[in-house]
Amino acid sequence: MKSLLRDRKTALFVLVLVAILAVILPLVLEPFRLNLVGKYLTYAFVALGLVLCWGDAGILSLGQGIFFGLGGYCMAMFLKLQASTPEATKIQSTPGIPDFMDWNQITTLPWFWQPFHSLAFSIVAVAAVPMLLALIIGLSMFKRRVGGTYFAIITQAIASILTILIIGQQGYTGGVNGITDLRTLNGWDIRTDHAKLILYFVTIALLLVCLGGAHFIRCSKLGRILVAMREREDRVRFSGYDVASFKTFVFCFAAAMAGIGGAMFTLQVGFMSPSFVGIVPSIEMVIYCAVGGRTSLLGVIYGTLLVNWARTSFSETMPQVWMFAMGALFVFIVVVLPGGLASLYRTYLDPYISRLLGSSSKAPVHAGREADHANG
Amino acid sequence: MQTGNEPLLSVTDLTVSFDGFRAVNDLSFSVREGELRVIIGPNGAGKTTVLDLICGRTRATSGSIRFKGTELTRLKEHEIVRAGVGRKFQNPSIYEDLTVFENLEISYPKGRGIMGSLIFRRDTAVVERVNEVARTIFLDDQLDRRAEDLSHGQKQWLELGMLLIQDPALLMLDEPVAGMTVSERVKTAALLKDIIRTRSVIVIEHDMGFVEEIAHQVTVLHQGRILSEGSMEHVKNDPRVIEVYLGH
Ligand SMILES: Nc1ncnc2c1ncn2[C@@H]1O[C@H](COP(=O)(O)OP(=O)(O)OP(=O)(O)O)[C@@H](O)[C@H]1O
Ligand SMILES: [Mg+2]
Repeated sequence: MKSLLRDRKTALFVLVLVAILAVILPLVLEPFRLNLVGKYLTYAFVALGLVLCWGDAGILSLGQGIFFGLGGYCMAMFLKLQASTPEATKIQSTPGIPDFMDWNQITTLPWFWQPFHSLAFSIVAVAAVPMLLALIIGLSMFKRRVGGTYFAIITQAIASILTILIIGQQGYTGGVNGITDLRTLNGWDIRTDHAKLILYFVTIALLLVCLGGAHFIRCSKLGRILVAMREREDRVRFSGYDVASFKTFVFCFAAAMAGIGGAMFTLQVGFMSPSFVGIVPSIEMVIYCAVGGRTSLLGVIYGTLLVNWARTSFSETMPQVWMFAMGALFVFIVVVLPGGLASLYRTYLDPYISRLLGSSSKAPVHAGREADHANG
Repeated sequence: MQTGNEPLLSVTDLTVSFDGFRAVNDLSFSVREGELRVIIGPNGAGKTTVLDLICGRTRATSGSIRFKGTELTRLKEHEIVRAGVGRKFQNPSIYEDLTVFENLEISYPKGRGIMGSLIFRRDTAVVERVNEVARTIFLDDQLDRRAEDLSHGQKQWLELGMLLIQDPALLMLDEPVAGMTVSERVKTAALLKDIIRTRSVIVIEHDMGFVEEIAHQVTVLHQGRILSEGSMEHVKNDPRVIEVYLGH
């Protein structure tokens, strides 16, 4: 009975989301603004991963930019190779390699660039490379029982190391400018308005797939184990579960999500640079998640959109204020509204909607967790 | 020793030292199939530490713990659980945010791997087993309640149920009746008597009345060593025990 209501609610919420993203926004926004929304949505992938990793399992990663960036770079490498045909680069001293390599006196394509000639490989790498790094970090940290603040700090350190590495290895990575001037995907020009519209819809479709995946995990026993781990790690261990491998799993899952987001970012924005990898973007991603409500999948999608929209409006009018506004927002959320926007919804809207959906049963008493699932 | 009558658990020369302080010192004892052994002793005697060592929470400095022929000191916590050792903590350790049903379901020994837990389904076998255990621990009418809302005694039972559903060959209980009302205590004693018909149990308890009611074998621990061991009658009349523990 209750679960039927919950299913109906979930379906309704997803429908509303799809209506907003796929119908209303494309109708009312000009292409430039819609492309911005598409860009914002790529951060929502990261936020979805954080719901499971941070919201459910309690593992705070302040380094999701690492995975977002890696996914974005994998896509950018493919696109860059496409844009660096010998004909297009014939004025270089070594034609056929990316321009920044040529500027840095590199004469052959490095080995790790070679596989990115293949689209199939690149698509797999978008999720696999972040997952692999997350697997290494996860195994080495969680098996040693590193958690909480220490883990958060280590992820930050890795984010900043990766940034330094990318900037320092200019010849291989494009340095501080990143990988720019991306043009076509298998001959399809990604810079046109039409292509951007299509990429926008692809982003929505992928986001829905990821949402479904995350929802499936949360509804499974694995989802309950994640929450149980956050509350009583020892009990989970002494119920016969290998806590470290569950943590590693959810961390890898979040990394893969972030990687997919990063790749869609590259495709829509047309470049990838180290400024999306470091500490600041990583923390911002956590803020999107906190604002939306870190235990609500749909909540964080709206949270991401809202914060990014505010950010754009701010930086268009008074850019210097933005960092402070963001900081203030975070403090406000943490102190006043730890459940984020989703908790506002749960208190004020959910009882009303439950009634509207026809069931005479009263709103669930422990709205918190029930609504977690209802919300996606 | 012959495998035929080898005890279920044998602890030999077990020592753990925390920065030079030997909380458990050259301890040896064994538990047979179907035996209920009670460990008593003054505060800080090392009782909880002994359980921590057996279940892998604390690593032994030296010594051996053999369970069904496997050396436990080398295994990880979850491997020890899977080998058949269940542990109840001194303070009720349950998932407050989940319902009684979900608490028991998570403890159900199926789908403990990543894939397994992803495809785990709440089938009739699970539901039946959860109901069965819930009846045993007097919580069959509380299945939909959040664990947080249970009374202290009920929480203790729930944790006991979470162990029972794993069906361990050895059950280790750290002060299972602490904080219980008199009637809850009586029910728990009956419950334990029922439980030990099919498994071995180690109980740590301060409540002497309760100990007398349930114990087969009593081990008195003092400063990490065994002070006295034997039947309750024997232990109670041991002058050293009276001096350090029962006297006050
Ligand atoms: N991880 C640890 N590090 C340092 N000292 C410890 C640790 N664990 C236990 N001890 C010490 O070992 C001694 C034995 O502790 P233990 O908890 O086993 O006692 P106990 O017999 O269970 O006492 P109680 O009846 O109060 O529960 C105590 O002095 C305690 O301070
Ligand atoms: Mg103790």
